[in-house]
Amino acid sequence: MPARAKTKPAVGFADSPVNQTLTAEQKIGLYAQMVRIRRFEQVSLKHYQAGKIGGFLHLYIGQEAVALGGISLAGPDDHFITAYRQHGHSLAVGMTMAECMAEMFGKRTGCSKGKGGSMHLFAPDKNFWGGHGIVAGQTPLGLGLAYGLKYLGREGCCMCYLGDGAVNQGAFHESLNLASLFDIPVVFVIENNGYSMGTSQVRSSAYTGCLAKRAEGYAMEWDTIDGSDLYEVRAKTHVAMERARKEHRPTLLEVGTYRYYGHSIADANHKKYRTPEEIENYKQHHDPISVFRRKLMEEGVLDDARAEAIAKEAADEAAAAVRFAEEAPVPTVDDIATDVYWETDHGTSASKIGWHFFHDRSVPG
Amino acid sequence: MSRTLTYREALREGLDEELARDPNVVLMGEEVAQYNGAYKVTEGLWKKWGDKRVVDTPISEAGFIGMGIGASMLGVRPVMELMFWSFHSVAFDQLVNNAAFVRYMSGGLCNCPIVVRGPANGGTNVGATHSHIPEALFASFPGLKVCAPATPADAKGLIKAAIRDNDPVYVMENTLLYGNTGEVPDPADGDHVVPLGLADLKRGGSDVSLIAHGRSVIHALGAAEILQSEHGISAEVLDLRSIRPLDVDAILNTVARTHRVVLVDESKPFGGVSAMVATIIQEHAFDELDAPIRRVCSIDAPAMYSPHIEPEQLPNPRRIVEKVLAMG
Repeated sequence: MPARAKTKPAVGFADSPVNQTLTAEQKIGLYAQMVRIRRFEQVSLKHYQAGKIGGFLHLYIGQEAVALGGISLAGPDDHFITAYRQHGHSLAVGMTMAECMAEMFGKRTGCSKGKGGSMHLFAPDKNFWGGHGIVAGQTPLGLGLAYGLKYLGREGCCMCYLGDGAVNQGAFHESLNLASLFDIPVVFVIENNGYSMGTSQVRSSAYTGCLAKRAEGYAMEWDTIDGSDLYEVRAKTHVAMERARKEHRPTLLEVGTYRYYGHSIADANHKKYRTPEEIENYKQHHDPISVFRRKLMEEGVLDDARAEAIAKEAADEAAAAVRFAEEAPVPTVDDIATDVYWETDHGTSASKIGWHFFHDRSVPG
Repeated sequence: MSRTLTYREALREGLDEELARDPNVVLMGEEVAQYNGAYKVTEGLWKKWGDKRVVDTPISEAGFIGMGIGASMLGVRPVMELMFWSFHSVAFDQLVNNAAFVRYMSGGLCNCPIVVRGPANGGTNVGATHSHIPEALFASFPGLKVCAPATPADAKGLIKAAIRDNDPVYVMENTLLYGNTGEVPDPADGDHVVPLGLADLKRGGSDVSLIAHGRSVIHALGAAEILQSEHGISAEVLDLRSIRPLDVDAILNTVARTHRVVLVDESKPFGGVSAMVATIIQEHAFDELDAPIRRVCSIDAPAMYSPHIEPEQLPNPRRIVEKVLAMG
């Protein structure tokens, strides 16, 4: 259920400043990114069901424009963090399909060396800080990354993504209060897909109007966004990012979106708590990839041949990522106890003093 | 040349020196700045260093500790005060899932150089919610480091080592030690840093080893005095100082000298620090023992309020002496 728009645009969002300056190739690039994200997840699903990927798999299919919209606006000092439905953000910041797929396959050459899995993909070199498994647990971290930017005197912001299920956690409310109180350059983005696992928004949250309006209680700016329109996501997110970068003021955004699959692929009830018509309606009328494709075709930027080529490139990249993941080495037992402490990993003098680990290796077994 | 400082002053001096050494060190916590610290550890530091370096936070332990963790991933070095370590429970997800595990789950890509410090002790008649002693709890999470200084000199040396360490370090202080005095090396004689993972033999002896940390060290020293003067028993006192990393060599060495061990630990018996130390001794020094390992822990119940009886729930010199004498 997309959130109600707070403001009606005077003009189409395609004409907003951050979209107006996009070249045809840049627009096609944005489209291609969304296609990549979807293809990666479709292939992930296939291999999850085949038993190649362990644990949980939380698919982002249907929500692609939300992550891409904000991340496509990134400047050199903008940072990103999200929860466990994170494949879209990971690819949007520039992580390769191969390193992500290898991680999900539990391989040593995965981005987290097989220590994180689908919910814990990180790329600090791309200003991307994961990938967090506990609902709302990442919200104080996003606040802290933004605090760090301000402390270090960098003009940037942190985009902190969360699901609509996270809005009722205490850590999130503490983060909102601190962000506004301390003038922290953070943008909290509620990706509202209507369901916190199997519980709909109206059964989980008390609110007036929309979830983002809760920001008013913290003297914070807020806005709502239609997450099926990439142009709108970019236009409104840009305003919030600029507010953070230039004024050190936080914003709470609520992006209406939808996931076609369950909470995770282990969600056995995902067709019971919502109707097939609801899912079909979103696919038909609000799918962010279809919507953007139609717009680009109307603009004369994209044609069927180019769209097909993009689909094929994404499919080829995903297939290559699977081959890489299949062939990659598995971690060793010795790898289990590395990446625990910075000091021991670096063999510093501090790491030589006392025992850091307590598993008894003096006898076999 | 050393001076006599209180434990509180020694901590403050350590914090002050680290604020001066590294511009990325920032103190945060409830009442640490304008109020001068609930226990006055940070007294005067806000006035000296200003709003940027010493930050008052609202009562939002999950929020501000998580904020510090996030900032540390970018290179800031937050030193966060918990007014009581007892309040860890409302920030537990941040203290464990984020601080301890973010490095691991990112395959070593993230780094979390934070310090969380504050008092962790019973004995002040504040009831069970304010009397948690969580050093064994946090030491049980790989990725975390934990220390518990007993003296002013160790308090200063360990807080400085904790701030310089590139991993999350949880420093467990003690409200009943803040006013204790002791010799602390003069800064003019060089940087006083006590490495994590290094125990300290606070008293030599030959008949029995008392192994302790935190305020239990003070009780063990008191008991050793009584054992010597009243019973002719020579007890040595090993102060662990650091729980994780742990100075196992020092533990095994003292066992090899005395062959009798009493572990003194303000933790509750189940899974306390002493439970781990006992396991290590039996795994690695079983043949050195002339008697079963004994422990003096807190009596196994939530912390008692009554000022009349709470001291008897905690380790104290009388309980330690009785335990040693009962070993035969």
